[in-house]
Amino acid sequence: MRRLPLLEVDHVSKRFGGIVALEAVSLNVEAGEIVGLIGPNGAGKTTAFNVITRLYTPDEGDVRFDGDSLLGTPPSAIVRRGIARTFQNVELFRGLSVIDNVRVGAHARQGEESVDDVLFYVNLHSVRHRGASELPYGTQKRVELARALASGPRLLLLDEPAGGLSHDEVERLGTFIRRLRGDFELTILLVEHHMGLVMSVADRVHVLDFGRTIAEGTPAEVQADKAVIEAYLGAPA
Amino acid sequence: MPLAAFTWTEFAQQIAAGVREGAIYAGLALAIVIIYRSTRVINFAQGEMATFTTFIAWSLMNRGLSFWVAFPIVLAIAFAGGVTIERVLIRPVENAPVLTIVIITLGLALLLNGLMSIIWGGANRQFRGPFSTRTIDVGGVPISVQDIGIVVVSIALVALLALFFRFTKLGLALRAAAVNPDSSRLAGVRVGWMLALGWGIAAVLGAVAGMMIAPVVFLDPNMMQTILLYAFAAAVLGGLDSPAGAVVGGILLGVTITLLGRYVGFIGSTLKLPVALLLILILLLIRPGGLFGRVAVRRV
Repeated sequence: MRRLPLLEVDHVSKRFGGIVALEAVSLNVEAGEIVGLIGPNGAGKTTAFNVITRLYTPDEGDVRFDGDSLLGTPPSAIVRRGIARTFQNVELFRGLSVIDNVRVGAHARQGEESVDDVLFYVNLHSVRHRGASELPYGTQKRVELARALASGPRLLLLDEPAGGLSHDEVERLGTFIRRLRGDFELTILLVEHHMGLVMSVADRVHVLDFGRTIAEGTPAEVQADKAVIEAYLGAPA
Repeated sequence: MPLAAFTWTEFAQQIAAGVREGAIYAGLALAIVIIYRSTRVINFAQGEMATFTTFIAWSLMNRGLSFWVAFPIVLAIAFAGGVTIERVLIRPVENAPVLTIVIITLGLALLLNGLMSIIWGGANRQFRGPFSTRTIDVGGVPISVQDIGIVVVSIALVALLALFFRFTKLGLALRAAAVNPDSSRLAGVRVGWMLALGWGIAAVLGAVAGMMIAPVVFLDPNMMQTILLYAFAAAVLGGLDSPAGAVVGGILLGVTITLLGRYVGFIGSTLKLPVALLLILILLLIRPGGLFGRVAVRRV
């Protein structure tokens, strides 16, 4: 018997004025899965994240987590449901130290044991008293990840974790994300432009183009899909 | 106006008087900075809010309460009032342009000023402070107990706030909400209430400044108007983004204008404010972010 998916995005539409950011998008993520969400620029990937974390309210459709709708949950209560995220352009607390950034991540939890553990895990313990925004970009991304992990999430949404990283860093990131899933018992939804990373790390891939789902399946299936190739390379003349 | 001969004792007294002035500016400037940091709004009602709560203190003492009994009651009322103002007046327009919110704070200032005239009348009132005005000898310099008391109370309040912001979970959440509301929300911080809490804290700072300065000047509905100008200047001097800057800016401004008023013949007491603003203008030309402010430059 199939279990209920942990995250169900159910026919969600989101429009900004006349622009359709998401059009009846459905997307399920099973507990323990790593799902890649890909698509060309403007496909609606970050909009989907913003809908799931309730920064946006969808015009139609529902988002369910663990079987219950999230639409009645304000953004500040999302973390207590067990959802944490990172941002495409790193949204740290400027002027706060690394450890304070991570402490805010643990705001919804009792106690602070998770903060030190997480800092060691992402290898930031030695710079924990430095100002977070003074650190190199790649390190800032780890601070943001640590902040998300400190909340003790069940579902982690990663928005372009490879963006701005060097080639070597991206290679290590793939291994790291898989290890993360095991060590923190996570389910991961991953928006990423770096195809190599998505194809190596994801169990399933979901492809958006102009706000619509154009394909979903295993990395191999999606890579062979005609609609996907057209979306990325343009339709043959 | 001929100046009396310079003595070091008098110089030290002037410094002490300047620090006392500065402590009041610092408290009010800190209130302005706390609200500015979280909402990017300058609260023009800060002075009237402070005076209003000082009138409440006056009424309580008029009914026989001693100052130190009235003090915590007034702080509680100020806090509740600040939170209520944010919830009722600011919250509904939180997504409006900053200018709209600024106009609302100006309107609030006028409203409170009118209310004070209606409730308490426009006349000057004597406010009996908690500290004696006799002087004591501090290292050979006579300084009034009142001046020392004002500085100690103001500094203690600032220190308590610093500890709160630095070492408590709520303080951390307040700082986080001010710099990145969306990230704070997703970490579980209720940002709307953090803004209200900021207004409550600002109102408490104003109430303390009002109750400290009222015994020195007279209590009337316009008591804080000039002081608020100095506090704005102090906040800008320190950097509008920096709580520490507001405090240092306040003290620095208090000492500078006191010394200028006393020792630079043509300035006297009438030209203190324009000269202070001129000095700040010059400083801002050199350091646009203020003494402690962060200039918005990003590494690319």
